[in-house]
Amino acid sequence: MTTHSSGAAGPKHKVVEAGVALLIAIFGIVVIVGSLKAGINWGAEGPRAGFFPFYIGLFIIVSSAINFWHVLRDGDGELFAEWTQLRQVMSVVIPTAIYVGAMPFTGLYLASIIFIGYFMRWLGKYRWVTVLAVALGMPIVTYFIFERYFMVPLPKGPIEDWLGI
Amino acid sequence: MEELVNLFHGFAVALQPFNIMVMLLGIVLGVIIGVLPGLGGANGVAILLPLTFSMPPTSAIIMLSCIYWGALFGGAITSILFNIPGEPWSVATTFDGYPMAQQGKAGEALTAAFTSSFVGALFAVIMITLVAPLVASFALQFGPAEKFAVYFLAFCSFVGLSKEPPFKTIAAMMMGFALAAVGLDSITGQLRLTFGFTELLNGFDFLIAVIGLFGIGEILITMEEGLAFRGGKAKIDLKVVLQTWKSLPKYWMTMLRSCFIGCWMGITPAGATPASFMSYGIAKRVSKNGKNFGKGEIEGVVAPETAAHAAGTAALLPMLSLGVPGSPTAAVLLGGLLIWGLQPGPMLFVEQKEFVWGLIASMYLGNLFGLIVVLTCVPIFAAILRVPFSIIAPLILVLCAIGAYSVHSSTFDVMLMLVFGVVGYLLKKCNYPLAPLVLAIVLGDKAEEAFRQSLLGSQGSLGIFFSNPLVSTIMVLGLIALFWSVIQEGFTRLKTRTAAA
Repeated sequence: MTTHSSGAAGPKHKVVEAGVALLIAIFGIVVIVGSLKAGINWGAEGPRAGFFPFYIGLFIIVSSAINFWHVLRDGDGELFAEWTQLRQVMSVVIPTAIYVGAMPFTGLYLASIIFIGYFMRWLGKYRWVTVLAVALGMPIVTYFIFERYFMVPLPKGPIEDWLGI
Repeated sequence: MEELVNLFHGFAVALQPFNIMVMLLGIVLGVIIGVLPGLGGANGVAILLPLTFSMPPTSAIIMLSCIYWGALFGGAITSILFNIPGEPWSVATTFDGYPMAQQGKAGEALTAAFTSSFVGALFAVIMITLVAPLVASFALQFGPAEKFAVYFLAFCSFVGLSKEPPFKTIAAMMMGFALAAVGLDSITGQLRLTFGFTELLNGFDFLIAVIGLFGIGEILITMEEGLAFRGGKAKIDLKVVLQTWKSLPKYWMTMLRSCFIGCWMGITPAGATPASFMSYGIAKRVSKNGKNFGKGEIEGVVAPETAAHAAGTAALLPMLSLGVPGSPTAAVLLGGLLIWGLQPGPMLFVEQKEFVWGLIASMYLGNLFGLIVVLTCVPIFAAILRVPFSIIAPLILVLCAIGAYSVHSSTFDVMLMLVFGVVGYLLKKCNYPLAPLVLAIVLGDKAEEAFRQSLLGSQGSLGIFFSNPLVSTIMVLGLIALFWSVIQEGFTRLKTRTAAA
């Protein structure tokens, strides 16, 4: 499954890992900036709000620096993943991003129907009958389990208003 | 003796018809969660947690803990039949379980796996029954310094015991602490790290992080690997079960050893995964059939399964008695307690007797039901895996979205979940452990509170953490755990040097 053929291309593991270490370090800097804003010294009621996160931020930066150094020292030419594999990953990430982005406007049900339908039809290449059965069935089951039985309200959009649910 | 009385009261609670129903529901859902890739114990429980908001807390925890037992059982099914571990703790089970299935001994392997899981769990539950009340009453005397020391020990064990590089563990853990700090500061009431975003006022909810990191992240990894399920048929009939049971007592030594390993690794937050590997490794070294390990030796199934299930169960001991969860799933359960308005920790044993003992009694019953359910329904669960991933994946993603939304009824959380998912994918691919990150988000506020209160008491001197024998002992244990790998290395060096001399 994960055997890399010699001709396969993709980003190097070393580069990605160094990038991740850098991102974590940047996150640490953000934490430190935020802590400084909140105050890191002692106030009237003891250590101020930024006291604890400030040291956490320092720990993040120091440990990422060490991780970064380790990558540069030990990293080899291994691939992070092949481009085709990354395309697979993106084929999930992008539709999911659209799905969660649309949810505040369309509600959960409509977005889910389209999302499941898209996935099965274009990635799974199923017959329309199967696609429709699952794409409609899952939200309906969800409705009854969550909203009716356990009384957990889920986001709704114009369609549900129109149906009066 | 008082514990025994309490336990019987607990059984009376757990045996109420409604509780038995949620127990069975939990087990079935749990096995499905354990079987499906991308849905693990931690995020399965996290997704279903909102369903329990309207239940009484005792029924809620019974259902959620049963999901956990179910997931522990379910992981073994895919490992043995498909050579795909449904859960990280069942990786070691594939080593011998899958070869057994290929030799047509799937029924034996499954029976052995389930039975030894049950034995491991039973051992751990008995241990919890006997030890948890003692630990809790001992912990009642803890002040802030001791509390912080316990957190310190828990997090240091992560660094020292996990197989990931220590500085990656520290980085992941500290990110968790930082995320936990976002929002309202519980002591001064001041806002911090929100950078003006109103969405961040309440901070990051760890449930969102769990669903994203474990759920979405796992799906992305599965997608990358291009999963295809090919595996043997599962059939268990009574004859195979009885035959296997007859052969199992032979391995009592392996089981007992694995129980101890599991309990130890479960209480310290190393968790079920390293416990299963360690148990497998030791069994391979010690057993006289050791050279057959990896070729379909039943003992190679017994050892990791016993340890994994014992560890998974034992992880609830520190969660209940100290408020420090031993695993990500235990952390989610602890988050559940907070949502239901219960304060985890030693006071639980004093104030919420019915809840605690109901839960402990349900562990006995839940694991027994679990054993029966998985033994009788394996073919059905195995059939779930034949459903192609392009159907399963969108359904799981939708479920994750529903779970993330219903925590706070916020669509912002759903987007956050996806962000956590991508971050989880990157971190996991780069070998950063996710468990300490999640545990730090859960415990961050409490650890910080304990830390700051201790410093308040001592006017800022760190000496408070070494001010009496109890707190010093815990801190020193923590430091030993922190530098464990360094100490170990030193020992082996010393040994080789004396051997050379």
